[in-house]
Amino acid sequence: MSEVSVQQANDRETMLIHTPFHSRSSALNKLNSWENWKGFMVAHEYDDYELEYFAIRSQTGVMDLTPMTKYRITGPDAEAYLNRLVTRDVTKIKVGRVGYTVWCNSDGQVMDDGTIFHLAEDEYRLCSYTHCIDWLMWSAEGFDVEIVDETKQVAALAVQGPTSCSCLMAMGLEGIENLKPFGLTTFPFEGGELMVSRTGFTGDLGYELWVEPALAEALWDQLFAAGKQYLIRPFGLYALDMARKEAGFIQAAVDFVPAEDQVRVGRTRSPFEIGLGWLVDFNKPFFNGRKALLKEKENGSRYRFVMLDIEGNKPANNSFILNKKGKVIGTVTSAGWCPSAKANVAFGQVDAKYGEIGEELITEIYYERELHWTKVLAKSVVVKGPMYDPPRRRATPPAPF
Amino acid sequence: MTKSYDVVMVGGGHNGLICATYLAKAGRRVLVLEANEQLGGGAATREFHPGFSVSACAQWMYSLNPTIAKDLNLASHGLQYAAKNLHSIALAKDAKHVTITGEGGVEGVSAQDKAAYREFRRKMGKFSKLLDKLFTVRPPKVIENNWTDRINLLKIGLGVKLLGKADMYELLRLGLINMFDVMEETFDDELLKSLISFDGVLGAHMGPRSPGTVYGYLYRHMGDVYGFNGPALVKGGMGSVGVALANAATAAGVEIRSAARVKSIDLTAERASGVTLENGESISATLVVSNADPKTTFNNLVGRRNLETNTVRRVKNFRTKASAAKLHLALDGLPEFTGLSAGQVGNRLVIAPDMHHIERAFNCAKYGEFSTAPVLDISIATVHDKGLAPEGKHVLSAIVQFAPGQLKAGWTEATKNAFKELAINTIADYAPGIKELIIASELLTPADLEGEYNMTDGHWHHGDISLDQVVMMRPFPGSEQYGTPVDGLYLCGAGAHPGGNVMGLAGKNAANEIIKRGGSA
Ligand SMILES: Cc1cc2nc3c(=O)[nH]c(=O)nc-3n(C[C@H](O)[C@H](O)[C@H](O)COP(=O)(O)OP(=O)(O)OC[C@H]3O[C@@H](n4cnc5c(N)ncnc54)[C@H](O)[C@@H]3O)c2cc1C
Repeated sequence: MSEVSVQQANDRETMLIHTPFHSRSSALNKLNSWENWKGFMVAHEYDDYELEYFAIRSQTGVMDLTPMTKYRITGPDAEAYLNRLVTRDVTKIKVGRVGYTVWCNSDGQVMDDGTIFHLAEDEYRLCSYTHCIDWLMWSAEGFDVEIVDETKQVAALAVQGPTSCSCLMAMGLEGIENLKPFGLTTFPFEGGELMVSRTGFTGDLGYELWVEPALAEALWDQLFAAGKQYLIRPFGLYALDMARKEAGFIQAAVDFVPAEDQVRVGRTRSPFEIGLGWLVDFNKPFFNGRKALLKEKENGSRYRFVMLDIEGNKPANNSFILNKKGKVIGTVTSAGWCPSAKANVAFGQVDAKYGEIGEELITEIYYERELHWTKVLAKSVVVKGPMYDPPRRRATPPAPF
Repeated sequence: MTKSYDVVMVGGGHNGLICATYLAKAGRRVLVLEANEQLGGGAATREFHPGFSVSACAQWMYSLNPTIAKDLNLASHGLQYAAKNLHSIALAKDAKHVTITGEGGVEGVSAQDKAAYREFRRKMGKFSKLLDKLFTVRPPKVIENNWTDRINLLKIGLGVKLLGKADMYELLRLGLINMFDVMEETFDDELLKSLISFDGVLGAHMGPRSPGTVYGYLYRHMGDVYGFNGPALVKGGMGSVGVALANAATAAGVEIRSAARVKSIDLTAERASGVTLENGESISATLVVSNADPKTTFNNLVGRRNLETNTVRRVKNFRTKASAAKLHLALDGLPEFTGLSAGQVGNRLVIAPDMHHIERAFNCAKYGEFSTAPVLDISIATVHDKGLAPEGKHVLSAIVQFAPGQLKAGWTEATKNAFKELAINTIADYAPGIKELIIASELLTPADLEGEYNMTDGHWHHGDISLDQVVMMRPFPGSEQYGTPVDGLYLCGAGAHPGGNVMGLAGKNAANEIIKRGGSA
């Protein structure tokens, strides 16, 4: 997105930055309900969050993903650089593939999670929650790499749902049905290039579309025209949050405190403590946090991430988690009703002694009905999760509609 | 892979050799690998012109720790002094020189300044003794609950208390201020002030007004506790220190290989496991100890990609800007200095007319230029040690400040010659006939010293001795008590506590720490 003039900024009547899709998303935002996502203005809810959520699960939902922080990392040392930066083995992410990862500080505490797009030989995109250019630059000492924050140079849409592949085919993206999960490919588009990755944060069949800002509106228009027959509709961050909990995805700054944002000592977590130990690869060359993580692996963690299947339908937001004797052993970080799974899910942090899969715990839930508060001690079983994991998420080619 | 050792030492500087010897005496199988032909690192003798040799880097011996000299029997291994307890003479153009004598007094100043000097030395002597308590042990950690550290801290704390109230306040005050202010409040004579304050900035990228220079002065005068009443000259030049130490090391069972440059410190996933030489040969070891400076060790030998981002930043921010150059002259005869007898020119001669002069000389370096009016610390060792030059001829060696390692204009033949001429002309102001005596001359900028002696930026102490880079913060937090963020890798050189100069304590303390941790610590 090009820099805006003072005049333009004043005309917006908001201090938030408009994304290149704003003309389209604002026209559809009947509730005029917006959120601040890292300084950008994105829809919270367009007209009905439940219908938006169900678009993700039964049709096609579209979300403006532009505010996602994006860094372009290029140069002969790009692979080695990323491999030292993050916990997983980047050499295994081949050209045309995407990998989810976390990165840690020297104490082995998670700074952020994100995705690495291997765009071409010596060329990557790193998507993150935090703005971390300082950390990325510091980490570049001794590596021949160039790092550019391209957040504003790339407009992006998430296109998620069972009919999403059909939408894209109808849009003329030939062969898109052959794109495997975590694959990426490009198409010529309006004289430019459209990159499509089979990625998403909903746990459903879905894609993410990336173009230069000048082509954003054309992309939106063509996508919505092609998707009309598949009941395409835009969705906001509220629906996304429902979907990601159902899909078992943790969220930075919600389910863990990014290490650089920590104010109080001891509030950060290691990958093992947020259920992402599988992303830590000790068999690759040195990486940030390695020594601390190895020590933790030997000596044990302080906390354990749990996914809880909670009895009843009362959302367990902000609840304490108790063991069966009634002792407080942890807290809930995210919770909500999963409409498709028909389950009441919560993510929590508990004392590492507890929380084995299958263990029965108690969640202390307070809920309110017309100013009347009630407390329930809900039986909560630790599950492997996720609550919802449709086979179509992985099917290649996806079923046509 | 060839043989395996308990310890591989990267670098055969004096600290490396001392550390290696103590380790060998404790039963470790030690191999020393030195990049250069000569051992001793910055303690080197250099034949810069056929038949003419000087102490190339360090030229004066003034702080070798006596316990080390005794433990290692250095006298029996060949360490001899050509002269000891030399005077420091600040030259005046009008020949009214000021002399700090080997007996600890001062000549050429008023009775009042003489008395002030005695009091100044008394106080500084007490502080140096206190520092000695801190320098001869590993630096205590700030937070760690460890009895060794607690006791050491207690001893130092007790030492501070025992100074008495007045001196205790003085220490706390002086530690943080600068030489310029201390000199102004203590002495009247400009030349005396200048002579003393110069000791606070020798080898530092600082002027007398820079904070922390009193610490620099105290550091420079540790030798006053170690039995040096003024500078000494090692017979055969400083290189003889390397030779004696190498003899002591070999006698203790250390294996030494010179002209063996280490290319990398090898790591298994978890720890340092050996080294690979420039020629491709790999040598495995239980521990690797590095006498090389911290930047060389971490950036070049371990490699930044094998270190945490935090560590890489710490290493980068470790201040190594150097601005001491060396001037070497081969002379056809003994130069005459105005107002000095032939016997006196063998002392330490200092050209630093007043403190403003030093400060201005530093100002140039601050902005990437060499001093247009440099300050010099001159040694004509041949007065005491005839073997360094052919019969009847002499060598002059001088530390010339300030010449930044990274000259804005770049160090070329032209800029080097210009600075050399400046330095020679400066000496000629005090020794008018000297230019006619010059047979050959050489200037080594910090950049040259870096190339010759493999020390980053050519820094005297491998990195500034300033309050933020000493004791438990040397070289940087996270790499202290001679350990490093890399398990199995230790530091034992000037970049570790307490710092540089031919002193040996970094090497000795590192050995103690390694022995204390035991096994494959
Ligand atoms: C201009 C100048 C004047 C000085 N004057 C004095 C003085 O008058 N008196 C005094 O006491 N001190 C003086 N010093 C300071 C003194 O020289 C140093 O502080 C001292 O030499 C440090 O000793 P060290 O053993 O720790 O390191 P060094 O002497 O630097 O030894 C390190 C050794 O490691 C070797 N090495 C480095 N990298 C490798 C590698 N990759 N492989 C193998 N070997 C390697 C080097 O070749 C070197 O031999 C002076 C310094 C300078 C620069």
